[in-house]
Amino acid sequence: MALLEVKDLKTYFHTRNGTVRAVDGVSFGVERGETLGIVGESGSGKSVSCYSLLGLIPQPPGRIEQGEAILDGEVDLLNCSEKKLRKVRGRRISMIFQDPMTSLNPYLKISTQLIEALHTHEDMSRREALSRAIRALEEVGITEASTRIQFYPHEFSGGMRQRVMIAMAMVTHPDILIADEPTTALDVTVQAQILELIKQRQQANNSAVILITHDLGVVAGMCDRINVMYAGKIVESGTAADIFKRAQHPYTIALQRSIPSLGSKGSPLYTIPGLPPDLSKPIPGDAFAMREGISSGGKWDNTPPPIVQVSDTHWVRESDVILPPLEEVLDVR
Amino acid sequence: MTLQGSKLSPGEKRLPKVSVDLDAIESGTSLWQDAWHRLKKNRMALISFWVLVFMVVFCFFGPLFSPYDHRDNDLNQTLLSPHLQHPFGTDDLGRDQMTRVMIGGRVSLGVGIIATAVSLLIGVTYGATAAYVGGKVDSAMMRFVDVLYALPFTIFVILLMTLFERSIVLLFIVIGAVEWLTMARIVRGQVLSIKKQEFVEAAVSLGYSTRRIIFRHIIPNVLGVVVVYATLTVPSVMLLESFLSFLGLGVQPPMPSWGSLIKLGADNIVLFPYLLLIPAVFFSLTLFSLNFLGDGLRDALDPKSSKD
Repeated sequence: MALLEVKDLKTYFHTRNGTVRAVDGVSFGVERGETLGIVGESGSGKSVSCYSLLGLIPQPPGRIEQGEAILDGEVDLLNCSEKKLRKVRGRRISMIFQDPMTSLNPYLKISTQLIEALHTHEDMSRREALSRAIRALEEVGITEASTRIQFYPHEFSGGMRQRVMIAMAMVTHPDILIADEPTTALDVTVQAQILELIKQRQQANNSAVILITHDLGVVAGMCDRINVMYAGKIVESGTAADIFKRAQHPYTIALQRSIPSLGSKGSPLYTIPGLPPDLSKPIPGDAFAMREGISSGGKWDNTPPPIVQVSDTHWVRESDVILPPLEEVLDVR
Repeated sequence: MTLQGSKLSPGEKRLPKVSVDLDAIESGTSLWQDAWHRLKKNRMALISFWVLVFMVVFCFFGPLFSPYDHRDNDLNQTLLSPHLQHPFGTDDLGRDQMTRVMIGGRVSLGVGIIATAVSLLIGVTYGATAAYVGGKVDSAMMRFVDVLYALPFTIFVILLMTLFERSIVLLFIVIGAVEWLTMARIVRGQVLSIKKQEFVEAAVSLGYSTRRIIFRHIIPNVLGVVVVYATLTVPSVMLLESFLSFLGLGVQPPMPSWGSLIKLGADNIVLFPYLLLIPAVFFSLTLFSLNFLGDGLRDALDPKSSKD
């Protein structure tokens, strides 16, 4: 039994312009100590699927139409009371957000915010909470933590704030940490430090990490397993080696082509042609085949493509999109 | 010193030791302290602040040292010009004008502060709740505000004042109950933008209760705007009170308020101008100060919006 088992999750947004199927039948699981990467373009549903787990979808217009997410074989996060969910949030599942500049309350001291996180879930004295908060700050590499804990968020740099965020999310030792593009807003040098830190904290707590990102470089170095999402569906799922060395789905291959390399100096960078589909219209078949500038055999244009198991760890949604050879595409000049 | 790339040493020893003034950083500067520093540099706002302090001290503690009571009339000494025994003169019933200005100030300032506090309490809670909960609740709550807005509020106040027994407390509450509408709207607008920010999502993801999020995480973030609006509400409330007193619906004689003192002065403007002048000066000074202070506060709390 996996630590968290998500089955057939569907989150729709009912807007004035129709129903947006942001997440359309997503299933995955995470084990203790494991890092799961979720990659995809903007709007592929990677964030929404994780926000759904914690009930962070604004309702209305959003609605979780279907699915279940069983934590530890007991609580179904998608179908339990608000009160039960509140006990899971922060205590068993925590979250780190994209922008450290706005994810801390500017009017409260760091100490207040960390202690509040502790007090919400654990019964302890103020003094005890403060010392644990200081220890949490030290654990994320903030020096002179006992002084700095009395600071306000605006007195920290972006990288430091993200560390504070991690400390806040990890202070209660949650089982699962969801990191929603935790490094997007940071410098490249700081990015590496933050990822290293997340890894280190994960090992210390033996927790699971769900890492949402559009940066394939980040998932390659961090994740045990990777889900590639496109248009609200998982198109390929496997270990890091499956995805990077034995990718099957044309979308995964196209994503990898888009990684700029240092070798090909002077040649244009590859971009996936066209735009992701409009999710407010129903997509009967292979969503990637509908993309402009992508040619397909037409086999899955009107029927949903089945999922095929490639190996013990590797699943892929079938697609008959044929990507032209890379040389041909880049030879525009 | 070598840069170690992504390796994170828990102690981060590679940072050079910098001597820090520990007293200066013992505890951080909050955004409020920051704003206070900026406010102190604004001379107009600072003067206004001290004028207001003077007004409060003068009106609330002054009567304790006055040899006269604001109700004691001395018909041998009516309508005296200012002189040593009566620095502000006496009114048509021979009551000491200075004591009456002080007591009137108590009423006017009291109305200003208490009614504003009432409007703050209702308006902030109501607006923040509506915005945070959102959806149908928000619509229903704000339509109710719209309905109240549509009532001509002067008539509403007059109705309440005539319906119930006239008392100062009722006056405070009635004015406050009318003034909270705008506050609720302002707060709602602010909260709508703040609840989209990530620290609110972070608070939800950490399992805090809704009430805690509203009162501890959202409201402090809208207080800047609220404080500014409150300083502008105080004068409008005071004007409303003096207007009602002028109409005879406010405080009842012999209790004075600045509004009723000005009315009395206006009746005697030709022969005894000081009866009008003195309370009018006090009243205007207070109103000016509140407005300047509100202006200064707005610049201090939102430095981006200031002109320089």
